[in-house]
Amino acid sequence: MDKFLTFTIVGLATSAIYAVIASGLVLTYTTTGIFNFAQGAIGMLAAFTYWQLRFSWGWPTPVALIVVLFVLAPLFGILIDRVIMRGLQDTSETTKLVVSISLLIGMIGLAQIIWDPNVSRPYATFFATSKPLAIGPTTITWHQLITIAVAIAVAIGLRFLLYATRIGIAMRAAVDDRPLATLNGARPHRVSMFAWAIGSSLAALGGILIAPLVPLEAGTLSLLIISAYAAAIFGRLRSFPLVFVGAIVVGCTEGYLSGYLPQNQYLPGLRLASPAILLFIVLLLLPNPRLRGRTRSREFFPMPSRRGALGFAAGVTAAGVVLATTMSQPDLVTYGRVFSVGIIALSLVPLVGFAGQVSLCQLSFAGIGAIVMAHLGHNGNPIALVWAVLITAAIGAVIALPALRLSGIYLALGTAAFAIALDRWIFTLPKFSVFGLFNIDLFQQGSVSVDPLRLFGFTFDTPGSQMVLLSSVFALLSLLVVAIRRGRFGRRLLAMKDSEAACATLGLNLLGTKVTVFALSAGMAGLGGALLGSQLSSVSPQNFDLVTGLPIFALAVVGGIGAAGGALFGAVSLAGLLPLLAALLPSVSQYLVILPGLAGIGLGRNPNGAVHDLREGFMPIAKSRIVLVATVVVLAGLYAIRMLDAIDNWTYALLTMTTPLVAVVAATLLRRERADGVVPLEWRGVTEPWTDDDVRDLDRVLGLTEVELHGAARG
Amino acid sequence: MSNLSAVEPPDNPARSNETGHQDHNLLELRGIRAAYERIDVLFGVDLVVPEASVVALLGPNGAGKTTTLRVAAGLHVPSAGDVLIAGRRVNGAKPEELARHGLCMIPEGRGIFPNLTVRENLRMMTYVGRSLAEIEEIAYSRFPRLAERRTQTAGTLSGGEQQMLAMARGMATEPALLILDELSMGLAPIIVAELYEMVAQVARSGVSILVVEQFASTVLGVADYAAIMVHGRIERAGRPDELAADLSKAYLGG
Ligand SMILES: Nc1ncnc2c1ncn2[C@@H]1O[C@H](COP(=O)(O)OP(=O)(O)OP(=O)(O)O)[C@@H](O)[C@H]1O
Ligand SMILES: [Mg+2]
Repeated sequence: MDKFLTFTIVGLATSAIYAVIASGLVLTYTTTGIFNFAQGAIGMLAAFTYWQLRFSWGWPTPVALIVVLFVLAPLFGILIDRVIMRGLQDTSETTKLVVSISLLIGMIGLAQIIWDPNVSRPYATFFATSKPLAIGPTTITWHQLITIAVAIAVAIGLRFLLYATRIGIAMRAAVDDRPLATLNGARPHRVSMFAWAIGSSLAALGGILIAPLVPLEAGTLSLLIISAYAAAIFGRLRSFPLVFVGAIVVGCTEGYLSGYLPQNQYLPGLRLASPAILLFIVLLLLPNPRLRGRTRSREFFPMPSRRGALGFAAGVTAAGVVLATTMSQPDLVTYGRVFSVGIIALSLVPLVGFAGQVSLCQLSFAGIGAIVMAHLGHNGNPIALVWAVLITAAIGAVIALPALRLSGIYLALGTAAFAIALDRWIFTLPKFSVFGLFNIDLFQQGSVSVDPLRLFGFTFDTPGSQMVLLSSVFALLSLLVVAIRRGRFGRRLLAMKDSEAACATLGLNLLGTKVTVFALSAGMAGLGGALLGSQLSSVSPQNFDLVTGLPIFALAVVGGIGAAGGALFGAVSLAGLLPLLAALLPSVSQYLVILPGLAGIGLGRNPNGAVHDLREGFMPIAKSRIVLVATVVVLAGLYAIRMLDAIDNWTYALLTMTTPLVAVVAATLLRRERADGVVPLEWRGVTEPWTDDDVRDLDRVLGLTEVELHGAARG
Repeated sequence: MSNLSAVEPPDNPARSNETGHQDHNLLELRGIRAAYERIDVLFGVDLVVPEASVVALLGPNGAGKTTTLRVAAGLHVPSAGDVLIAGRRVNGAKPEELARHGLCMIPEGRGIFPNLTVRENLRMMTYVGRSLAEIEEIAYSRFPRLAERRTQTAGTLSGGEQQMLAMARGMATEPALLILDELSMGLAPIIVAELYEMVAQVARSGVSILVVEQFASTVLGVADYAAIMVHGRIERAGRPDELAADLSKAYLGG
């Protein structure tokens, strides 16, 4: 009984922290429609800042608390609202998600820049020196007591704010009908600014309360709050009383797990993963609240042409060969991951880009692929690749079943929970046996070695040969993705993205479609992981954890998740540009960790993706045959000169990069002589009135005799 | 009466002087063009609401009536043309600023917050600068039924009661310009008649009103002027009796 009481108190204190953080999350979500994945990271930054003021600089506790909770945190919230979130109003759910995930990545990076992760930072609880109070047979510490009291105060304060003050009522009004709130005279920007300020303060409060109980580490602290997300979902993302109930359920479950889970070598990981598993269960068992108003999205992903796809694939393969033959061995090792990461990013294109199903666990599938390759691919046996694809596809299909009822942020949270469960628990399991038949030892509690792939008697054991192999695989898979997009299945995916309800009423088999696309995408990621594994020659769970995977997701969306080019963009920036910048500017290399975050945050400005703009920019080359041929010839010529060692690598790289730019200028000059831009046929008469010329054009395209349609169009 | 003329246009105030002639129009739209994405829906709308008069805007579905009202209330930014309120250019003024200066628009559908109580809905009306007590007094005296339901969630009111609550804003905030979009939508004829009786009352107190209505007969009784809109243009404008013949033509798409 004593033990039960003790762990109840532990559980309630944790619940209180979750409740505080989750209510901040719900507040910003309901008033602005943005689910802030970085809520935990705000708490993390606040915890570090408080440590700095209180313990490093020795400020008095009340001063440090007031500065963090009532000055810095609200200002930070307002900054996020004004600079980042305000631009997201009519973007898709995916874009909003990526922006807030990028904020999370950026803030973890920022914390690591400011506070060296290798220094240990002791963090005292409140009134650590006072004697705990006795309650019956057990005791409660002052910190626990304060935490619970704070949560109760927050509950009362929020209730008062939302029901008794005009700005609070305006927040709820904005949830109902934002335009109507403005017609009443409420200033919507002020309302959302206020919500962000309070939400951020609550995150800070939670962060400061939880920090003394865990190691002060940026990543852990930011994700610790995954339980708070479970509480928020329990509250259906809108009801504050339910959020508090949810927090108590989650917090106490965690408390009892730590008290009563048997001591066993397989279970410590389970304890770490339990918040994620609880989140998963809450997502699955509770009816999902309807997501806030479906916004029209600004995104536009055009249909890829067959010619463009072949050109792209050829270009990628050529680039692989060029890189493999011009770069030095160490460089090849540094930049070698471009195409394997690219394959993993590419697996997102059909799933996220076409079908609109967010998945944050692609890197976990890659991890499974790598494990399969490690255990079945002795001496580079290529059959292991087939197994990697089949096994990950099967797991992907299984994941798709519960995911069938999730969408948008719920799916994102669900897949993130799956990823966390894998990297905190499954991937760390010691050796176990299945039905005593065969033994499985996933990562051997550390790392496993992977043999280089052997194909048709050739062993891909040099960085160069791996580069060529991976670029060809990427090219082939990009053709597969384009084929899907152009085919029947692709149209079905796009239809499902637009409206699942409409698809269901049209008799489309949603279950089959979803399971297929999940399996396909998981299989691609698994293949990428298997190849990445054989490239790295030794892999550990850290290569595949959630936080490592987030930048891949974010940057692929920044590139443009609707096309293979976007995936390549993401991989090149992550595995190519970042190391390159770090090599060029060693003095600032430590600051580069926030770049992926910044890129993702910039997405709000251009939801079509960077590749869309790049393609538009380079389009003139493809339009003019002379320039296209000339460009290819010049590039080939440069390569030949480089192969003869007439120029060094830097000159070669510089010339190769300037060639397309010169070509664009040339093509644009050539084009200027012809007629300037014409309105596409389908837009004529819509944006501009009809002219006789338009009617004539239409006649020509439809193959009608001119006279007939002329009469009809005028009628 | 509120001071709509005090709205500051966000762009160069010097330009507002170009409207030198003061002909007492509370609202004037000049050559308004508007588009959703790339699709144009208004092609040069000219419309005038003189002071202390009721103007009815009529026309078939999809003519662009709602869009016109949204432009006037600042909810939709026109791609060309000017919006003048009390002779001043207010292009680009924010809807909340216009609302605070005495423009009251009651949008299509139900202009209420369904998850707030009746009283909280009334509290939202205090942004125009009146106290909750004043607003409650006017609202409950005009619509006693709302007083009985003050703690009820607005979404659970009957359709008619919801529209009364919406209309209460038009009365309790005492605007200078009232813009109404299809008050009658989905309501029983008797309630529509009751609501339009209120509209007539408001009009008699000197408020200018721009009203859109599908059922021309209900509104023409109240209106001083009417305009017929077809395909994003004002086809005819004039006294209600002059327009009767054109009306059927417009609706039948002739
Ligand atoms: N949000 C929107 N996005 C795109 N097009 C729109 C949007 N709102 C209206 N439209 C289009 O603009 C045109 C005018 O619409 P509007 O709502 O102004 O018409 P209306 O005269 O009010 O019609 P009704 O009598 O049916 O209310 C219609 O063709 C409509 O399809
Ligand atoms: Mg309308």
